[in-house]
Amino acid sequence: MCGIAGLFLKDAKLEPDLGSMLAGMLSPLNDRGPDSAGFAVYGAETPGHVKFTLRLSSTTDLDELLKELRDSVGSPLTHRLQGTHVVLSIPAEQASPARRVLAGFDGVAIVGGGRRMEIFKEVGRPDDVSRQFGLGRMSGTHAIGHTRMATESAVTTNGAHPFTTGDDQCLVHNGSLSNHCAVRRELVKKGLSFQTENDTEVAAGFITAKLHEGGSLQQAMEACLDALDGFYTFVIGTEGGFGVLRDPIACKPAVVAETDRLVAFGTEYRALVDLPGIASAKVWEPAPATVYRWELH
Amino acid sequence: MLTVDLARGSVRELNAALHRLGPDSNETRWRVLNPRGQHAIAVGLEQPVLVEIDGHVGYYCAGMNKLATVVVDGNAGQGVAENMMSGKVWVKGDASQAAGATGRGGLLVVDGNASARCGISMKGIDIVVKGSVGHLSAFMAQAGNLVVLQDAGEALGDSIYEAQLYVRGKVQSLGADCVEKPIEDQHKRELGQLLEAAGINGGVDIGEFRRYGSARKLYHFHVDNVGQY
Repeated sequence: MCGIAGLFLKDAKLEPDLGSMLAGMLSPLNDRGPDSAGFAVYGAETPGHVKFTLRLSSTTDLDELLKELRDSVGSPLTHRLQGTHVVLSIPAEQASPARRVLAGFDGVAIVGGGRRMEIFKEVGRPDDVSRQFGLGRMSGTHAIGHTRMATESAVTTNGAHPFTTGDDQCLVHNGSLSNHCAVRRELVKKGLSFQTENDTEVAAGFITAKLHEGGSLQQAMEACLDALDGFYTFVIGTEGGFGVLRDPIACKPAVVAETDRLVAFGTEYRALVDLPGIASAKVWEPAPATVYRWELH
Repeated sequence: MLTVDLARGSVRELNAALHRLGPDSNETRWRVLNPRGQHAIAVGLEQPVLVEIDGHVGYYCAGMNKLATVVVDGNAGQGVAENMMSGKVWVKGDASQAAGATGRGGLLVVDGNASARCGISMKGIDIVVKGSVGHLSAFMAQAGNLVVLQDAGEALGDSIYEAQLYVRGKVQSLGADCVEKPIEDQHKRELGQLLEAAGINGGVDIGEFRRYGSARKLYHFHVDNVGQY
C-alpha cells in the first residue's frame, strides 16, 4: 500500500492553490497509508538565504536553540513555527555553521533543507497531518506528498516520508525494498549515517551517495535499478520539479495526468479527480524501469 | 434507462441495486455518472443488462461479470473484468495492470492500451486490445484468446498453457516456453470472429498478425528445464 501524490504547476496562476490541491490529492489516499503522512513544498525563496525545516523534541527549548544559533552564526535569522516543525531561514553563507549547531543540539532533527524546499511529516491520518501543518494554505510551484502504511519498519515520525536526499531534494516511496540491510551496510562503510531501520531511508541515502560521487540525478535514479531489489515507485522532488521511477516489474501503481497547466502524479486516479482540467487531461501510466523528469524551464 | 450518480450515492448502493435485478427485470439499461476512479464499480453482475459508465473507473471494475455488458467511457484501473465468466466489458480508454486477469469467459475489449500483466492466468476469456499491452501479459495463460493490434511488452506468454496469443505489432520478448506458431486457416477464422466481436470490421489485415502459444515444455517438471523455473 502507501500513497503518493505529486503536483507540478506550469501555470503560475495556480501557485497560491498548490497546498490545497495537494491536500485534496492526499485525501483519497488516506486509506492507502493511514499511519503517517508527509509532504515537501517548494515555495518562494528568500534571495541569498537557505532554510532548514526542523523538528524539535517535546523537551527541546526553541528559544535556547535560536540563541545558540545567533551566537555562533552571528547574523540575523528568522523562523516560523508550523505545527510540530520549525522553518528556519538564514543567510546562505552561514548554512554550514548553522548545520553544525543544529546537529549538535539535543532533540533537533533536520527534516530537510535548501533554498526552497520545506518538509513536514508526522504520525497520524494524512488528513489530520495536512490540517495540523496547514498544508491547504501553502503556496509554491510544486510539491510531493506521501501517505504511509508501514511494512518494513516502525510507525514513527522519522519513518514517515519524504526523506531528504540533499539540498532541495527528497524522496517518497511506495513499496518495500528487500536488500536494504545490505545496501545500508555498504553506505555506512562510505560514511553515511541512518536514523531509522527504514528501507526508504536507505534508498534516499543511496541517491545522496551517488550525487556526492558526482553523478547527476538521472544517473542516480538509473543506478537504483541495479542496486535496489524489491518493489518501488519513487517520486523525487527537486528544486525545479520532480522525477518518477518504477521498478522493472512495475509492482506498485502509478498514474500521471498532464494538462497545459499542470503535471500531476498519483498512486491512483482517485487522487487526481478534483484537479482543474482533469476531464480533458492526458492520463497515462509511467513505464517500468524508466526515469521520468519534469523540471521548470 | 436508469441513471445513478455516484456523486450522490455510493458504489455499494449501485452494486446492490444491480445485484437485486432478476432475470425478468425490465431495468436493463443503466448509466453511471461521476465514477471518479472509485473501485469495484459494477462487480458481480449476473443478468444480461447494459451498464454504461461515464468516466474513469478504479480497480476491479466489472469483476466477476456474468452475462452483463459493461462499457467504461474512460480509463480503467487495475484488474478490470478480472475473473469475468461471460458477457462483455468494453473500455474505451486505457486499462491498467492485470486487465481480464483469471477471466473464464466473455469478451474484454480495450480501445486504448492495457499495461502490464494483461490476461494474467486467463482461463477462457477473450481479450482484444486495440493498442499495446505491457510486460508479462498472458503470464500463465491457460485458455482463451488475447489479441493485440499493436505491440506487446517483455516476456509475453511466460509459462503459458493453452491460450492463443495474436499480436500484430512488435513483441519485445517472449517469456519462458512461449513460441511463435504458424497461423492456419482455422486461426484466421477465429481471429476474424474476435475482431468482429470487438467491433473491428475491416481495416485490419489478418495476415499481419503472428500467433504465439505454448511450446509445452514446462508442463511437467523435467530436470533439463530446471534453469527455466
